[in-house]
Amino acid sequence: MVNTAKKILEIKNLRQYFGPSNNPIKAIDGISFDVYEGETLGLVGESGCGKSTTGRSIIRLYDITGGEIIFDGENVHGKKSKDELKKFNSQMQMIFQDPYASLNPRMTAGEIISEAFQIHGLYKNKNERREKVNQLLEAVGLNKEHANRYAHEFSGGQRQRIGIARALSLNPKFIIADEPISALDVSIQAQVVNLLKQLQKERGLTYLFIAHDLSMVKYISDRIAVMYRGKIMEIGKADDIYNHPVHPYTKSLLSAIPLPDPMSEKRRQRIPYEHTEVDDSATYHEVGEQHYVYGTADLVKKWLAKH
Amino acid sequence: MSQTILEVKDLKVNFKTYAGLVHAVRGVSFDLKEGETLAIVGESGSGKSVTSNALMKLIPQPPGIYESGQILFNGRDLIPLSDKEMSKVRGNEIAMIFQDPMTSLNPTMKVGRQITEVILQHKKVSKEDAKKRAIELLTQVGIPFPEKRYKQYPHEFSGGMRQRVVIAIALAADPKLLIADEPTTALDVTIQAQILELMKEIQKTSKTSIIFITHDLGVVANVADRVAVMYAGQIVEYGTVNDIFYNPKHPYTWGLLGSMPDLDNNSDELLRTIPGSPPDLIHPPKGDAFAARNEFAMAIDYEQEPPMFQVSDTHFAKTWLLHPDAPKVPLPDAVAKRIEGFLEKEAQFHG
Repeated sequence: MVNTAKKILEIKNLRQYFGPSNNPIKAIDGISFDVYEGETLGLVGESGCGKSTTGRSIIRLYDITGGEIIFDGENVHGKKSKDELKKFNSQMQMIFQDPYASLNPRMTAGEIISEAFQIHGLYKNKNERREKVNQLLEAVGLNKEHANRYAHEFSGGQRQRIGIARALSLNPKFIIADEPISALDVSIQAQVVNLLKQLQKERGLTYLFIAHDLSMVKYISDRIAVMYRGKIMEIGKADDIYNHPVHPYTKSLLSAIPLPDPMSEKRRQRIPYEHTEVDDSATYHEVGEQHYVYGTADLVKKWLAKH
Repeated sequence: MSQTILEVKDLKVNFKTYAGLVHAVRGVSFDLKEGETLAIVGESGSGKSVTSNALMKLIPQPPGIYESGQILFNGRDLIPLSDKEMSKVRGNEIAMIFQDPMTSLNPTMKVGRQITEVILQHKKVSKEDAKKRAIELLTQVGIPFPEKRYKQYPHEFSGGMRQRVVIAIALAADPKLLIADEPTTALDVTIQAQILELMKEIQKTSKTSIIFITHDLGVVANVADRVAVMYAGQIVEYGTVNDIFYNPKHPYTWGLLGSMPDLDNNSDELLRTIPGSPPDLIHPPKGDAFAARNEFAMAIDYEQEPPMFQVSDTHFAKTWLLHPDAPKVPLPDAVAKRIEGFLEKEAQFHG
């Protein structure tokens, strides 16, 4: 299904370094991947692996060090006029991790959601604007009475819904969700994930879903990319990554997810990961349909043999 | 049968706030045996952390009020103890591990001193012996180069290593009971797995009892012998880990199990969710607190609080569905299918 779909986002050899140029921290160290229209790509990895930086670089929150990000045929980091920037911003939006920190406490939910309308000069008529805010609130499972309340009057799950409504306000095509559920309770997580799935179906959205929780990522994603130390180690269809992982890091990560099954938990054998430095010949090797692994030819051969 | 070291009876804790009296813990009873791990599971606001803090008498009074109940630790009730008496129990007989290892360590104090502080406080040993013991503890919790690490500050440690230090501090005075309040929630899965392994290993060698507070059912399945599911300040289901995961009886437990994604099945179906959000504990609802979110709620759920029904010797649940006159409600499909899957896998494993 994905192969025939159009590429909405292409990342080519993206690099993002921080700190002094003679000794930089390589937060993203040359990654390349594509995102197809209408799919969800899950990006997983431990804290510090560069997954959030990737999301933020894609949406232009950082100036990238090198590489190319092409969204809908246009270079994201190219020079843009104010109008071009507005157009880009309306097509790509972000949902943040912490629903407490990402909403302005001095604004009502209605103001937060309609702020973008002012910036983009949309719905100048007050009634029209209110109508649109109400529609968005309903779309995320809240109701119009909520428009006049402030952030502190909402629970964590409700706040995240407001964050989603804000992201949807300009009818974007592409949404980057940076750990959107990790601050929420289990039962609320399920509500928010269901909402994201349902909105994707209704509006044909494309998601980049960044998380460290592999089980939720497996559930929501069509494809998964596993990141480690600024590089993508393995990328493939969610089922393949989960059932037939090739890279030892992916295996290690999978072996650490606790399952709600006490009998299998008693037998759990965690696979520790030992990082092997690879030389410059390391690249992406195709190991299956749309399934790529990063490593040198020899290493990949060895991993596949074990597999 | 091993000895019971902790018995909590009908514990009620309230908080005075401007909005009114919050009934945070509303009659919690459980017990804990030597060398056993009890997991308390629940969502934020369910009272699980208040319960665990209450065991250590860490609830500030005011605004906290111990309304009623007993906390019998080795037969002695902790509630009437003075602060001075309590300080001999805290850290010594009962120790605690907190969620965030950055905020539970003192950033201005070397790690070694934070460990010897506890040892010197509770044991009659010389400074040199305390240091030796501290280095032993650092080794025991799996910190490489303990002599070097002894002299470092918390900011020089990674998150997982910091949590190991916190565990070393908790173990410093050989406590009989360890209370771990979401000890792995702030950590990555791979580090989480290591910390869980460490805690189990410690338990095996030292026979410490552990109360493990978490909202992650996967973690519960990994560490617990017995499980208490909390909702709105009460324990709603209580049993062995197998009772809770393979034979859950309370609709809230069904909801929790159903809202976790199933890794083995495809993801076309939506997750089962628990609609709504937990009740306001300033005015706890009449009847069953879960009724408003329960798709199987009956008329009586809005009128009268259900008692704890006994399912088996080890398994209890607080729901009217277990009353002999209640209609038989089968386990929701999604949950039943998953349990079946687990049991099948188990059967395959044993050939």
